[in-house]
Amino acid sequence: MASEGGHGPQTSGDYIAHHLQNLQVCKDESGEWIWNHCAGNPMAINVDSMFWSVFLGLVFILMFRSVAKKTSSSEPGKLQAFVEIIVDFVDGSVKDTFHGTSRLIAPLALTIFVWVFFMNLMDLVPVDWIPLAASATGIPYMKVVPTTDVNITFGMSIAVFVLIIFYTIKNKGVLGFIAELTLHPIAPPTKGLGLIAAPFIIAFNFILESVALLAKPVSLSLRLFGNMFAGELIFILIALLGIWQLPLHFGWAVFHVLIVTLQAFIFMMLTIVYLSLASETH
Amino acid sequence: MDINLTLIGQSIAMLVFVWFCMKFIWPPILNAIEERQKQIADGLAAAEQGQDKLVRAQAEANEIVADARKQATSILDQAHGRANEIVAEGKAGGVKERDRQLTAAKADIEQESNKAREELRGEVSAIAIASAEKILQREIDGAAHKDILGKLAQEL
Repeated sequence: MASEGGHGPQTSGDYIAHHLQNLQVCKDESGEWIWNHCAGNPMAINVDSMFWSVFLGLVFILMFRSVAKKTSSSEPGKLQAFVEIIVDFVDGSVKDTFHGTSRLIAPLALTIFVWVFFMNLMDLVPVDWIPLAASATGIPYMKVVPTTDVNITFGMSIAVFVLIIFYTIKNKGVLGFIAELTLHPIAPPTKGLGLIAAPFIIAFNFILESVALLAKPVSLSLRLFGNMFAGELIFILIALLGIWQLPLHFGWAVFHVLIVTLQAFIFMMLTIVYLSLASETH
Repeated sequence: MDINLTLIGQSIAMLVFVWFCMKFIWPPILNAIEERQKQIADGLAAAEQGQDKLVRAQAEANEIVADARKQATSILDQAHGRANEIVAEGKAGGVKERDRQLTAAKADIEQESNKAREELRGEVSAIAIASAEKILQREIDGAAHKDILGKLAQEL
């Protein structure tokens, strides 16, 4: 589309690369803020991802807060009914899976579900609209789907990871946490000649369990990132097709609505499952 | 696609949003939902109770209506009986009254006819005397024969 309109780069490869480029800001060696020459700089910030992520988070917060303030009135409006359906759904999911008492997990699940859903939903905005509008105002790059940025998904899954460790230690103690990492899945022998083998078994257990533990945030974030990135890439490829993109775009968008919702749900559900595993005592 | 500070930024943003949600969004909405659930449950229970009451009231009302109907029938029966009685009484009274009036009328008629007969007798005797006078103008002195004429009039 953009290649035909003459606004964007020339070749389709450039077009795709342009769409996958974040708007970045970082400090160079002289300590000055520079834009868009930050490849490989670990101190760079993806301004577009950050902006859309916070913006959509605020949309969620304000929308739900406006409902929360009005709940005292006896007759619920349509927005309130909608919000309550979502809250009830999340509450049901949490109660089905998590059997402890925690004031954090349900709001966490709600925030993750709605926020990730909103961020994924940006994928359904035609891929050129916002970048074109941004370039018209002088912003060279604009990636509008935060969940196609691996930093965003990892940022969320690391927050979840911290909560997993926090809950494990809170419910089982530091020793319990260490025991969980070292005494499973093979219980080391505690007496006799087997004691010689115990350190090896513990080391084996530790490696196995550490991988299992670290795999949780990695799989959580990469699953979301992979799905959304692939979906966005296909939207971009479809956008290259000229007039034929219309039916294809529609078909892929319809299918993508499913992915958008499903990925938000999976991220929420797995967070609940991980945290309930962390709180369960064996 | 490089890992950079955005990751930390997103983690912080997420923790802030989750904290805000936990403090200001989740509790009021969930409270509202639970309150409404309770209200609805109460309402349903009240409705069921109301229905029960209604059924009972309906049965009671049916009973009362049946009673009233029975009573009405008996009152109607009584009224019919009384009416018949009154009609019969009226009939009997009428007959008596008729008889009484009949006898009174008869007595009146008798009296009247007696009176008329008396007058008629007097007149006839006067006419007889007058005609006798005309016939026997000379021989009969009214005054001298008055006693005879009176006797005659009485016999008539």
